[in-house]
Amino acid sequence: MVEGQTEPAVDRVWRRYDRRQRLIRYAVVLAVMMAVVWAVRDIDIFWPWVWDAPNQISNLGARMWPPDPTRLGAIVAAMLETVHIATLATMLTIFIALPVSYIAAQNTTPNRACLWLGRFILVASRSVNTIIWALLFVAIFGPGVLAGILAIMFRSVGFIGKLMGEAIEEIDKRPVEAMEATGASKAKIIAYAVVPQVMPAFFAIIILRWDINIRESTVLGLVGAGGIGVILQGAIDTFAWPTVATILIAIIALVLIGEALTSLLRRKVL
Amino acid sequence: MLEISGLTKRYGQDAPVLTGLDLTVEGNSIIAIVGASGAGKSTMLRCINRLVEPTSGSIRLNGHELVDLKGAELRRARRRIGMVFQGFNLIDRLTVMENVLAGRLGYVNLFQAVTRRYPASDIERAFQLMERVDIAHYANKRADELSGGERQRVGVVRALMQEPEVLLADEPTASLDPRTSEQIMMLLQSLASELSLPVLINIHNVGQAKTYTERIVGLRHGRMIFDGLPDDFTHDALEAVYGGIEASDESIAPAAKRQREVPHEPF
Amino acid sequence: MNRSETPRTWRKPPFIANPWLRYGILAVTATYLVWAFATLPFNWQRIAEGLPRSARIFGGGFPPNFSRADLLLTGFVESLQIAILATLLGVALSIPFAIMAARNIAPLPVYLLGRAVIIVSRSFHPVIVAILFVAAVGFGPLAGILTLTLYSIGFVGKLLAEEIEEIDWGQVEAIRAAGAGYLATLCYAVFPQILPRQVGLSMYQLDSNLRASAVVGIVGAGGIGSTLMNAFGRYDYDFAFAILLVIIAVILVSEGISGWVRKRLW
Repeated sequence: MVEGQTEPAVDRVWRRYDRRQRLIRYAVVLAVMMAVVWAVRDIDIFWPWVWDAPNQISNLGARMWPPDPTRLGAIVAAMLETVHIATLATMLTIFIALPVSYIAAQNTTPNRACLWLGRFILVASRSVNTIIWALLFVAIFGPGVLAGILAIMFRSVGFIGKLMGEAIEEIDKRPVEAMEATGASKAKIIAYAVVPQVMPAFFAIIILRWDINIRESTVLGLVGAGGIGVILQGAIDTFAWPTVATILIAIIALVLIGEALTSLLRRKVL
Repeated sequence: MLEISGLTKRYGQDAPVLTGLDLTVEGNSIIAIVGASGAGKSTMLRCINRLVEPTSGSIRLNGHELVDLKGAELRRARRRIGMVFQGFNLIDRLTVMENVLAGRLGYVNLFQAVTRRYPASDIERAFQLMERVDIAHYANKRADELSGGERQRVGVVRALMQEPEVLLADEPTASLDPRTSEQIMMLLQSLASELSLPVLINIHNVGQAKTYTERIVGLRHGRMIFDGLPDDFTHDALEAVYGGIEASDESIAPAAKRQREVPHEPF
Repeated sequence: MNRSETPRTWRKPPFIANPWLRYGILAVTATYLVWAFATLPFNWQRIAEGLPRSARIFGGGFPPNFSRADLLLTGFVESLQIAILATLLGVALSIPFAIMAARNIAPLPVYLLGRAVIIVSRSFHPVIVAILFVAAVGFGPLAGILTLTLYSIGFVGKLLAEEIEEIDWGQVEAIRAAGAGYLATLCYAVFPQILPRQVGLSMYQLDSNLRASAVVGIVGAGGIGSTLMNAFGRYDYDFAFAILLVIIAVILVSEGISGWVRKRLW
């Protein structure tokens, strides 16, 4: 950017970026454009439908209005079921996620084999989406809340385990050293120097995951794994659009209540 | 009696941090170990309770060899060696009493430790020691609510709860302001004579070393180059220990409390 | 303080000081657990069949069958296309919504509207949005693109709005002082401050959308998810497991690339 300084004034040009930066920028822009052009041309879309889409969407919206509250009782019951699935699954996950995070943290893992086993569990759990887990468990245990609870659990283990593992790895090592110096065994060192330090992170992570799980459990029913999704699927299948609208409003209400509750808990506990 | 002989520590193939150290500490003497940063003071103390594994040599506490101990035997030996740290090394989120009782972890069983149901005698001893150093009224306060000097007194009481046969102090005053650090040194001095306990103190401050201790050991590049009375620690000896070495400030940085950014998980 | 009165027994002070609150919380938790387990409809008879069924499923799933690789590839290419287009649309559209939802540069009514859009699009799980779009515009990738565009607007818009609310206001004043209008101020004082973050977010969102596109397909919104759903529907477990394995591999690779790019950028 300073190359023009010793040259005559007429040759001075100002550029925002130097040559190499500019080339990289052009290359990135070009690559993005090529990707987009390829995606647009190659994708399996019937374009007249696209132009008709706003029409269709507003049509659907019109059919939903006004929301029909006649099935409110059933919807509220299904909502409670949804919350139960999320809460129970989050609670149960703790018992699996804590040992996994313990063996997946560099500084507490008993040995390398355990470390890799722990990491494998975390990666496997995190890479499969809740709804895919649900699909699998519905196939095994049949439609119902058990499949939903298991699906939420299997996904949450990775989330909670990974964040807890990181929290364990980031603790202050000095109390650990002090506990070692008193002649404490490994279990006692964990109880005194590790557990108190990760407590705040633990609560924050559980609360965060509970909030996420509430959202996740609203869709479990779409593959038959219990909760509000079952009713939603039923209403859509029978074209009961006003009922669908009521369910959607109920979901927004649930999610907002969940968010308010988690921020309250966060303030109280932490 | 603590007898160290031929103590050597080297990390990998690097030059040794400690070379052939011999030191005998008897009775209730209080000893200062002085030396520049990196002279091996800290490593030496940590070799004694085996927080650092010595490469070779022998360390005997009241006739028992410490160097070849393993597992439960090592932990039993550590109970008899109290340690006070530069950064206090308290468990911030626990109460002062829990921190103090943690000194008994080598004695109680896991159930007692986890449920905090310590024997009455331990609790009595904790109160007595805390009263001795004037922190008993903080028993149920969280450790991080205390000032630096008070925190270090908790650290000292925790070490004394072990009923140690020797007390190690690794730069116990380096994180404290001058007045508080004088108080801690005075406390260590009087505790050593009250409990007739040998005390080894790593210390930077030569003035304090001469005032509060009975014997000074000078380390340089892992070798002992001075061992004598404080009055004999003359300017020449000071030059020999510290000369030509840039004095570096060995203050401990506050534990980095990183705000964790909670990642957005795709639903 | 009178030392002789110091209590000689000691109990750890309870985590919650008020005993009513403490036992109240315990009682409420216990009641909740009993209530939840009592009301949840478990079909134990069907669950009991689970073990033999899982044996059959996993037996049928191993070894995973990669013979229909072309179908697998088509599904993934479609997922990738959905993710790219939705990210582009979503990131572009998130800018106006973020401006609307930033309290420091939007008037109150506009702010409320912007916030409402973001809150609504964040409240719904993409799968629910997808099922609605499938109902509106039919099966296929179009529903997927619309879903993930909305999803991206919600997520990127929220973070971007927060970013705009935290910009250095001095730069805005400087540009205004130079006589710039609203649009020019946005271009010169606001966008340069949020652009680096926006590029990083786009990478993140591409990764997110790729994961999500595998899922919205389950309700018919195109991509590999639809392929997976079909395989499950036809009890074609060996192909389903092959798809699952490839999904996991792609997600790991995509996470790695996105993390690497973001590290380079910041």
